[in-house]
Amino acid sequence: MLIERKWKKWAYFYLPMALFILFTLFPFYWMAVTAFRPDPELYRTWRQPNAAPLWTLQPTMEHVIGLLKTTAFPTWLWNTMAIAIVSTGISLVCGTFAGYALARLRFRGSEFLGTAIFITYLVPQTLLFIPLADIVRDLHLGNTPWALMLTYPTFLIPFCTWLLMGYFKTIPKELEECARIDGATRFGAMVRIIFPVAIPGILSAGIFAFTLSWNEFIYALVFMASADQKTVPVGVVSELIRGDIFFWGQLMAGALLGSVPVALVYSFFVEYYVTGMTGSVKG
Amino acid sequence: MSEAIAVTGRRERVSRLTRLLESEKVLAVALLLPGVVILITFIAYPFVMALWFSLTSIRVGDAGQYVGLANFTKAIDDTIFQQAFKNTVFYTFWATIFKLALGMWLALLLNRHFRFKRIVRASMLLPFIIPTVLSAFAWRWMFDPTFSVMNWALYHGGMITDRLPFLSSGDWAMWCAVVVNTWRGMPFFAITLLAGLQTISPDLHEAAALDGANAWNRFWHVTWPLLLPVTLVVVVFSVIQTFSDFQLIYVLTGGGPANSTHLIATYAYQIGVGSGLLGEGAALSLFMFPVLFAVVWVQLRYLKRMENA
Repeated sequence: MLIERKWKKWAYFYLPMALFILFTLFPFYWMAVTAFRPDPELYRTWRQPNAAPLWTLQPTMEHVIGLLKTTAFPTWLWNTMAIAIVSTGISLVCGTFAGYALARLRFRGSEFLGTAIFITYLVPQTLLFIPLADIVRDLHLGNTPWALMLTYPTFLIPFCTWLLMGYFKTIPKELEECARIDGATRFGAMVRIIFPVAIPGILSAGIFAFTLSWNEFIYALVFMASADQKTVPVGVVSELIRGDIFFWGQLMAGALLGSVPVALVYSFFVEYYVTGMTGSVKG
Repeated sequence: MSEAIAVTGRRERVSRLTRLLESEKVLAVALLLPGVVILITFIAYPFVMALWFSLTSIRVGDAGQYVGLANFTKAIDDTIFQQAFKNTVFYTFWATIFKLALGMWLALLLNRHFRFKRIVRASMLLPFIIPTVLSAFAWRWMFDPTFSVMNWALYHGGMITDRLPFLSSGDWAMWCAVVVNTWRGMPFFAITLLAGLQTISPDLHEAAALDGANAWNRFWHVTWPLLLPVTLVVVVFSVIQTFSDFQLIYVLTGGGPANSTHLIATYAYQIGVGSGLLGEGAALSLFMFPVLFAVVWVQLRYLKRMENA
């Protein structure tokens, strides 16, 4: 009986779980191994016997050093970081204000506005990039970080608003009413009483928004032309492939280093991230 | 003296502002204004422009003229676009099925108690966190025709005698894209469904088990119906993301070999940005709109019903 149960647990739990972990993490493992594998070992065809295919016996830093010294990678990292922080900041301010107004204030058209913001949440970037490139150019923002700092909020604000609207609804109204009776203004009660209580929600929205802007690709690809203005994803795609040649060692080093900042932020705030993610679809 | 007047003046202005903000309507307008301005400038306005572009022959450096529906009829007759549309439907359909099935399975596994649960759950989300472009490159390298680690493993494991044409045949490449998309989106399904699972009372399962229901019946008659609302919302979000996907295909195949793996978005990019035919590109991407609109409409109706219930 006990043996049968053990066998069942292996078949129904440990084995599938192990396969899921392998499927999920192997690409990252392969990314890391490739980034530190010397070229002669890297370019061995699939039929050749290979001394250490899943491992490397002579780990090398040449790809990482080459990436940092001969390409603009550090600049791309800095650009991506600055753009992600500023666009997240703008979206949090707009989203917190709008979320509060939609959750708490009674005014005509509030339901319509809520629906409209929800619809913009679902408009994909790939539908708008062609005319948006024109608008960005007309506003003289083309090839400057502001082109992305102002357009990323278009997919972050609806998300932040939606998430925080839900959050504000869970905060009891009595909290504000007490403050108002004590003489606080409507604005003062919002800023000093309600916003501090909402900090976990704001943090969740912020972490999720940060990872979304780190991931954005098509706007950055279309709006940024010169190498020193690019973000990590665009720089890796357009500058690390010369002609038709893929320098896989450097490419994987770039992919690895480009993932580290966002993975670090995520690892510190896993719980907030999960709240943001599950909240993003709940409404 | 004059300083004192200035201070009183400022105080008066401040108090007038606070008095103004006491009105719910005024405060609402003030709070909503910044967000709404950004959304109108960079979503509503470009959307209207996309509609206008699609009716003209505009190209880079040439404003073009009104051409009616010519761009749309041209797209419908374009065999590459027909292929791209079919690919988009295929890609969305299969990737969503796989993400839902595997995500549900993973959620059920993660819902159990085991050691290292927190770290396993956290690492399961990595594909969703890491920028898609960067992880798609890792996949492209794993699918490489000459140096593929998967061909290597299958060959030395005795499973194949000749290499598999992962990205060099159109049919294979489309399935590879489905696999990578599933890999990336599965965690989103798993974690949101897990959150839903955790709200289901264990008592229900116990009661069903006492009535003699086996594991499959318990899933089908207890878990699935209770999870349906969450599932529906997650599927809607995923369908929108997958249907309008761009970056994964752009990196993995670039639409090749021979234009056989284009999605609507990558083909619109090739025409609109690559060839500079802005009008035609805008028309192509607008073909996504009816499908997305239908999905959003279903979602909104559903939300309304939930609110009324």
